[in-house]
Amino acid sequence: MNHDAYDDNYIRSILNNVKSIAMVGASPVNVRPSYFAFKYLAQRGYDMIPVNPGHVGKALMGKPFVASLADIDRPIDMIDIFRNSSHIMPVVEEALKLSPLPKVIWMQLGARDDAAAEKAEAAGLKVVMNRCPKIEYGRLSSEISWMGVNSRTLSSKRAPIPTQGMRLSLNRTSFGGGQTAASDRAAKNKTETT
Amino acid sequence: MTDRLPGFSTLAVHAGAQPDPTTGARATPIYQTTSFVFNDADHAASLFGLQAFGNIYTRIGNPTNAVLEERVAALEGGTAALAVASGHAAQLVVLQQLLRPGDEIIAARKLYGGSINQFTHAFKAFGWNVAWADPDDVASFEQAVTPHTKAIFIESIANPAGSITDIEAIAAVARKAGVPLIVDNTLASPYLIKPIDHGADIVVHSLTKFLGGHGNSLGGIIVDAGTFDWSKDNKYPMLSEPRPEYHGIRIQETFGNFAFAIACRVLGLRDLGPALSPFNAFMILTGIETLPLRMQKHCDNAKAVAEFLSTHPAVSAVNYAGLPGDRYNALQRKYAPRGAGAVFTFSLKGGYDAGVNLVSNLRLFSHLANVGDTRSLVIHPASTTHSQLDDAAKVKSGAAPEVVRLSIGIEDKEDLIADLDQALRA
Repeated sequence: MNHDAYDDNYIRSILNNVKSIAMVGASPVNVRPSYFAFKYLAQRGYDMIPVNPGHVGKALMGKPFVASLADIDRPIDMIDIFRNSSHIMPVVEEALKLSPLPKVIWMQLGARDDAAAEKAEAAGLKVVMNRCPKIEYGRLSSEISWMGVNSRTLSSKRAPIPTQGMRLSLNRTSFGGGQTAASDRAAKNKTETT
Repeated sequence: MTDRLPGFSTLAVHAGAQPDPTTGARATPIYQTTSFVFNDADHAASLFGLQAFGNIYTRIGNPTNAVLEERVAALEGGTAALAVASGHAAQLVVLQQLLRPGDEIIAARKLYGGSINQFTHAFKAFGWNVAWADPDDVASFEQAVTPHTKAIFIESIANPAGSITDIEAIAAVARKAGVPLIVDNTLASPYLIKPIDHGADIVVHSLTKFLGGHGNSLGGIIVDAGTFDWSKDNKYPMLSEPRPEYHGIRIQETFGNFAFAIACRVLGLRDLGPALSPFNAFMILTGIETLPLRMQKHCDNAKAVAEFLSTHPAVSAVNYAGLPGDRYNALQRKYAPRGAGAVFTFSLKGGYDAGVNLVSNLRLFSHLANVGDTRSLVIHPASTTHSQLDDAAKVKSGAAPEVVRLSIGIEDKEDLIADLDQALRA
């Protein structure tokens, strides 16, 4: 699996198929990226579960915080990890003890741990690193184009009218990978030099 | 679903545009509105807090402009773009994200005369200093780097003489200095050169020129390559530090590889205000659909005219990178193999007066201060675009008194050559 550049179909199939997402490191502070992503994904219809031991007893958009993945009372399709690269491995190890196993490990923008990815993939999980599911959802649905972002997709079909709480179509024709070649190269160089 | 990369002409027609969700309109509608209703209070708060994608107010973003932005980002191979009112506005907004009073940029000495003025006078008043370097001498960029340097600025094809810049060599200097390379790609357009492929971190355009292409609408654009790490030191606090106007959001942390375009929008355009009219965005979008066809014709015509002038008895020199033997011909074949662009200069044996006479004798060429129009244009830089420079600076920037600049249009080349021939004889 090439983790420097993902095929859009790979990202699309994950976002089209997962239903429940546990977000490790979710923050109730409304200027943190995890809060943005949590709220956006909840509004798109995903069953979101905030995981953060520091906030047990509180809720995020009506969803109660849990201390750890083991405390979740239902099967989880995807674990979205909002932690630095150095804190990824313990989360993945905890995830691999769950039954049933989650289907996807997703590491947020800026987070990458190739050893943890290998471990998860060996157990049959799909892995995405250094991406944001909110940005990817917005990009594949072209909703993000409102911000002048290059969605790297084309469509000659009428767009659905985006409204709050609606699942948008992610099935537009893609070109290339998820990011432009130049930004992929830059990300790869950064990984190699750090 | 295929993941094949569409060609340039397909992107020029389709990128960013999708049939309108409400009406099914196939052409991009002109959303001529100042503002957009919110679904409810929470939606409004989410938009203002940068938590949701959406429209608020046309000074910050507009759906017609967004199509233009995505299209140019796709053509340039960038992650995102921001359309603004003019090329000058693009330069202002870019540098506002990067510089604080006392900071410096290194700029190529050969630039559009208006950019030289903007950098020298307007930006100096902000405390932004410019160190000039020679685009034909890469070492001069290296020597100009100081601890205050925040960016390097060049043109891919440089005004007025159509010289070609060695983008990769200067990109290497920028990388070593840890600063972004900004490339003004106006005269090349992405059809001829894609600066991001050669190491540019930010591309700016005057859309007024070849991208719009019809001389009817002003516009500018900023393209984010998504290649620069704004957070690796604290040199670029607009991107790396918490923004008080957005309750402590850090732009790069939140927006990743299109953070620079977002900063330009939510900090630059929002606060400085040079928004592009949606009507202009529509005109420019329509122009871009035929960019590949027009640009090739511009280049083919320009080459034929340059060849004609190079053998004319009244002409002492032609500066066109597309001519074999031109000092920039090797760089042109490397960076712009489809053509050397349509803007170039030539020198008249008769000096300043011959330049003035030629301009007044031409019947088809229009005497005006623009380039990149469907129509062929002529100007005498020493008495117009570069007139505010002193004599030494005129020569250094390629606008000596005997020099005439042409911007070749898409008319029949035989008619252009006949017009120049009669004007040179008159």
